[in-house]
Amino acid sequence: MNTLIEKTSIGGLEVVLSTRNLGKYFYDPVKFKALDNVSFDAYEGEFLTLVGKSGSGKSTLLYCLSTMDTVYEGELYIKGEKITGKKPDELAAIRNENIGFVFQFHYLLPEFTCLKNVMIPARRLGKYGYEEIEHKAYEKLKILGLQDQALKPASKLSGGQQQRVAIARALINDPAILMGDEPTGNLDSKNSAVVFDIFKEISSQYGQTIIAVTHDNDFAKASDRTIELADGRIIDQDKNDFE
Amino acid sequence: MKKNINIDIAFTHIYTRKKQTMVAALGVAIGVGMYLFMNSLDAGFSKYSTDEIFKNNAHIKIYKNDEISKPLTTDDSSGLRVIINPQITTLSKKIINPEALLAAVKSQPYVTNAIAQVNFDAYYNRGKAQIKGTGNGVNMIEYAQMFNTDKYMVAGNTEALQGNLNGIIIGSGISEKLSLSINDNITVTSSFGIVKVMKIVGIFMTGSSMNDNTKSYVNISTAQQFIKEGPSFVSTLFINTRDANNPEPFVQKLQQLTSYTVEDWKTSNADVLSGNNTRETMMGAISMAILIVAGFGIYNILSSTIIQKINDIAILKATGFNGNDVVKIFIVEAIIMGIIGTAVGLLLGSVLIAIMSNIYMGGPVGYFPIGFEITLFIRSFILGMLITLCAGYFPARKAAKVDPVEIFRK
Ligand SMILES: Nc1ncnc2c1ncn2[C@@H]1O[C@H](COP(=O)(O)OP(=O)(O)O)[C@@H](O)[C@H]1O
Ligand SMILES: [Mg+2]
Repeated sequence: MNTLIEKTSIGGLEVVLSTRNLGKYFYDPVKFKALDNVSFDAYEGEFLTLVGKSGSGKSTLLYCLSTMDTVYEGELYIKGEKITGKKPDELAAIRNENIGFVFQFHYLLPEFTCLKNVMIPARRLGKYGYEEIEHKAYEKLKILGLQDQALKPASKLSGGQQQRVAIARALINDPAILMGDEPTGNLDSKNSAVVFDIFKEISSQYGQTIIAVTHDNDFAKASDRTIELADGRIIDQDKNDFE
Repeated sequence: MKKNINIDIAFTHIYTRKKQTMVAALGVAIGVGMYLFMNSLDAGFSKYSTDEIFKNNAHIKIYKNDEISKPLTTDDSSGLRVIINPQITTLSKKIINPEALLAAVKSQPYVTNAIAQVNFDAYYNRGKAQIKGTGNGVNMIEYAQMFNTDKYMVAGNTEALQGNLNGIIIGSGISEKLSLSINDNITVTSSFGIVKVMKIVGIFMTGSSMNDNTKSYVNISTAQQFIKEGPSFVSTLFINTRDANNPEPFVQKLQQLTSYTVEDWKTSNADVLSGNNTRETMMGAISMAILIVAGFGIYNILSSTIIQKINDIAILKATGFNGNDVVKIFIVEAIIMGIIGTAVGLLLGSVLIAIMSNIYMGGPVGYFPIGFEITLFIRSFILGMLITLCAGYFPARKAAKVDPVEIFRK
């Protein structure tokens, strides 16, 4: 089993994230097992969707994968490194460098311009100078078709535009993994399609892994692979589309 | 600001919440201003009251204290005890060989000035009117130097007494009550029955009625005549030292030179000083309380910012900001509010001090004894910032502990 956890590669593709027997309990209001023995691998450049009925544990699983939730059983590995048991500051640094997030809500800082919002994670990382980061952020906005909105305050944009700014922010540090919790949940079908295309492009062209929770069947079907949860358990790991 | 994202976010919060920032800063400003003002009032008053003390007191005085008779002990081995009734045995308040002692005292490196004085009980008469008081035989030039007497002269001058054995300088109270003015004659009688008609060469007014209504200055030899003593009689030595505020070590050193009582001004004026201390403590406590209340302003505003910005905090933590970063953001906000508040507070305090120092109290006090003291400004600044930091730290810690998962689940 340990050999599996080491940087495994199947068909030349590296495992970027893997879980081993993840389990999670909630104790409020009663003891309740939200995740049960969840084990799977996510590969480099894979567009992975998590589906399941409401309350099946999708979000709970994603927060464990995100390193923000640390109270669980089993183990989590990212790029071959064991994440489980690390200190909060180490986890923050790992998130900063390796994981981008998109949520149902955009969570942009309303007082900042779009450009400055996108720059935030890179300025935290501190790998590049301010001007360089500004340039990179502008490039990301361009990819998302928002170059004209760069200097507007984030609060002045439409919902679809805000979500795209949030994606640009998630991508600024070129993370290995982009995680989304119903990233199209608040969007109309047109904007959903735009976001989907962006995700597809990110994974296929830039080799970044996407793990996205979704309710949207079309969205899931068009992804590389879909993991279906029910009562906190994986009931289906359809890998046919992904070889 | 361009470099650091934490500081950038802090400034943005401050900038977009100007009103709250100003409210918090105003609280600190009032706190710091009141702290500075009240403590300046107090320091001014304490200085005034010690200045009052130094009108009559040198830093240290040497005099002969009352002695209690000691039991006549015999040889210990005999076991014999003589029981006597202890009582004051002092026959005279005389210091023996004062010149030698004065010279020895003056040769001490920490002594800046030392003079001898001869005191006597005096009765000032004009016709049937009589006032009881104290005469002080001094070398007036040296005495004036030590006690700044020139400052209090309202008629004549201190030099006029020099070499004038028949001259006298009297307090303004005596001059008023006996309606005598400069160059008039005054009859002075001592408790030893010596009567002299003396010429008033000067009148002083210190503002303290104790002094002005009873005190007079004559030459030392004149004073010695009043008490029927020879030129070697001296009742007190007054000594000034380098450091008025810490006379205790000098007292110890001087005590090694003589068996007479060596006493510093603090001991002689313990009652006044303990009054000062009580007032200082009260003022300190009240002004500190005002400052702490001001701290709550910052605490409140920052706490509400954090509640309002909880989504921002969650996303920052999700994208890799750690607890320390979040603490820094809000501490910087507190510091900005604190700096604005403290600066305005120091300005406010200065204005109050300036207004107060222009209020005329009349009488001997003159203008209200308050001034700008740099140490108080520094203390107010440091305390203002310290309170700000404490008030900022607790909400900042709370923000650092925000669990992003809880926020995103909603
Ligand atoms: N903080 C919590 N405390 C208690 N129960 C929770 C908590 N968060 C989620 N749950 C429960 O865990 C289960 C899985 O929730 P969640 O992961 O949000 O489901 P999904 O995202 O698939 O709709 C649900 O039954 C939910 O009620
Ligand atoms: Mg969910």
